[in-house]
Amino acid sequence: MTDLPGRTERSLGLVIDLDTCVGCHACVVSCKEWNTSSGTGAPLADLDAYGARPEGTFLNRVHAFEVTPEDGPTRVVHFPRSCLHCADAPCVTVCPTGASYKRASDGIVLVDEDACIGCGLCAWACPYGAREMDAAAGVMKKCTLCVDRIDNANLAEADRVPACVRACPTGARHFGDLADPTSPVSRLVAARGGVDLAPEQGTRPVNKYLPPRAPVDLLAPLLDPVPAEAGGFLGWLDRALDRL
Amino acid sequence: MHPAPSIIVFTVLSGLGFGLMAWLGAGAAHGGPLVAAAFAALALGLAGAGLLASLLHLGQPRRFLRAFSQWRSSWLSREAVLAVAAISVFAAYALLWILGLRLAPLGALAAALALAAVFCTAMIYAQMRTVPRWRSPLTPAIFLLSALAGGALLADAIPAAQVLLAALALAQLAAWARGDRAVAAPDTTLASATGLGGLGAPRLLAPPHTGPNYVTREMVHVIGRRHAARLRAAGLALAAILPLAVSVALPVGHLVGAALVLSHLAGMLVLRWIFFAEAEHVVGLYYGRL
Repeated sequence: MTDLPGRTERSLGLVIDLDTCVGCHACVVSCKEWNTSSGTGAPLADLDAYGARPEGTFLNRVHAFEVTPEDGPTRVVHFPRSCLHCADAPCVTVCPTGASYKRASDGIVLVDEDACIGCGLCAWACPYGAREMDAAAGVMKKCTLCVDRIDNANLAEADRVPACVRACPTGARHFGDLADPTSPVSRLVAARGGVDLAPEQGTRPVNKYLPPRAPVDLLAPLLDPVPAEAGGFLGWLDRALDRL
Repeated sequence: MHPAPSIIVFTVLSGLGFGLMAWLGAGAAHGGPLVAAAFAALALGLAGAGLLASLLHLGQPRRFLRAFSQWRSSWLSREAVLAVAAISVFAAYALLWILGLRLAPLGALAAALALAAVFCTAMIYAQMRTVPRWRSPLTPAIFLLSALAGGALLADAIPAAQVLLAALALAQLAAWARGDRAVAAPDTTLASATGLGGLGAPRLLAPPHTGPNYVTREMVHVIGRRHAARLRAAGLALAAILPLAVSVALPVGHLVGAALVLSHLAGMLVLRWIFFAEAEHVVGLYYGRL
C-alpha cells in the first residue's frame, strides 16, 4: 500500500555537514560500488561506459555551488544530494503499484523492484532528483540507506552504516535515528542548526544539512597588524618622497 | 519535462476517445446499427490505442496489472481503474445500442466514468508540486475541455463544440499566463533547495556529472522552450481557433467535419507536446536551470 505510515518508530537518516564536505565524491563511488555488487536489487547500470557518452545510474550526486555573501568573498560549498527519506514522501503516494513504500519500522523509503513497472512518476514527484530509473533493469533505483549493511550481522560493527558514511574521509556524513532527540545525529542537528532542503515543498525530509560555519581565519590573530604610519627609515623615506 | 511521444499520444488519443464516449453516452449521434457500431468502434479504438501507447512508456510493461492496485492513494492507479471501467461500461452500452436498445442510464454512467478517467489523467500532472506550471485547477480544466471539445467534433455536436473550443482557448491562454507567472516567482529557489540562502546568493559552480543522466533528460529538458511562443500560437490555432472559425463560417458536412477533427487533433498534439516540453521541474535548480 502506498499510503504513508502515520508515524514511524524510528526515523533513520543522514546528516550531511556542508562545512566539512570537500567534494571528493568518495561517497558517490562507494555507494555505486556497494549497490552494484552487494547483490540486493538490480545493479546500478552503466551505459556506454568506455564510449564517447558514458552515463549511469547513481544514488548520490555531489554538486558544487558558490555562495556570495553581501559582504565578503564568494565561498564554494560542496553539496551531496541523495534521497532525504521524507516523512511526507510524495514519491510514495503517487506510486500506482505499491512498489514504492516507506517502512513503518525505521522510515526508510524503499522500492520493491519486483513490483515496479518503471512508469517514472515517483521520480517526477521528487523535488530532490533522488530517484533514477535504471536503463538496464527498467525499474526505479534510489538510496536504501544501505538496508543490506545497517542490519547485517555478518558485517563488523563499524561497517553497519551506509557505504557513503563509511567512505567519507572527512566525517561529513552522519547516520542515525533523527526521531530520537538524544541521538548523536539529533544533537548535532540541534547544535549546528541543521536545515531541511526545500521545506516549502511540504515533504518534511528526515535527512538534515548542516550549513557551512562562519570562516575562521587561524593565521590573522598571529600576525602583526599593518601600521597605518610607518616609522624608522621607511617612515622617513615615505615622508621625504611625499615632499618631493 | 521530457515530452515522451508515448505519453503525448496516450493523453491526446485517449482524451479524444473518452470525450466521444461522454457525448455518445449522453445521447449524441443518431442512426441505425451501422452508425452506432462506427461511433462505438471509433471511441473504443481511440481510447484503447491511447492506453496501449501508455504501456510503451513503462520500463516493465508486463507488470501493468499491478497499476490497478493503489487507487486509494495514486491518481495514476485511479486513472487505470476508471479507464478500464469506462471502456467496459461503454462497450456494454454500445453493444445494446447496436442491437437497438439505447439505455440512457447506462450511457450516463459510461459518460461519467469516461470524464472521471480524463480528470484522473490530468490530476497526475496537476498534483505535482515539483512542476509549478502544472499545479493548477486549469490543468484538469484543459484536459476535460479538450476531451469534450474533440468528442463533440467527432460526435457532430457542432454548437456544443463551438462553445467548448472557445472555452478551451480561453483556459489555455489563462494557463499560460498563470504558468509564466508561477515560474517567474517560484516558491522553491536554489536558496531554499540547498538551504544556503542564509549565507548569500547561491549559484551552480560545477555540476555533479558532465554528461546527461536520467534526471536531466527526464526533468531538465529545455529544447522545447526555445520555440515556445511560435508553438503555442500554432497549437492554439489548430486545436481551437481554426475549427471554431471554420465551423461558424461553413456548413459542417462529413468532409469539413473530418478536416476539423484532424486540425483539432494536430493542434492538441502540439499543445500537449508544449505542456510537457516547457514545464519546468524544480530539480532543474540543482543543475542551474528552472
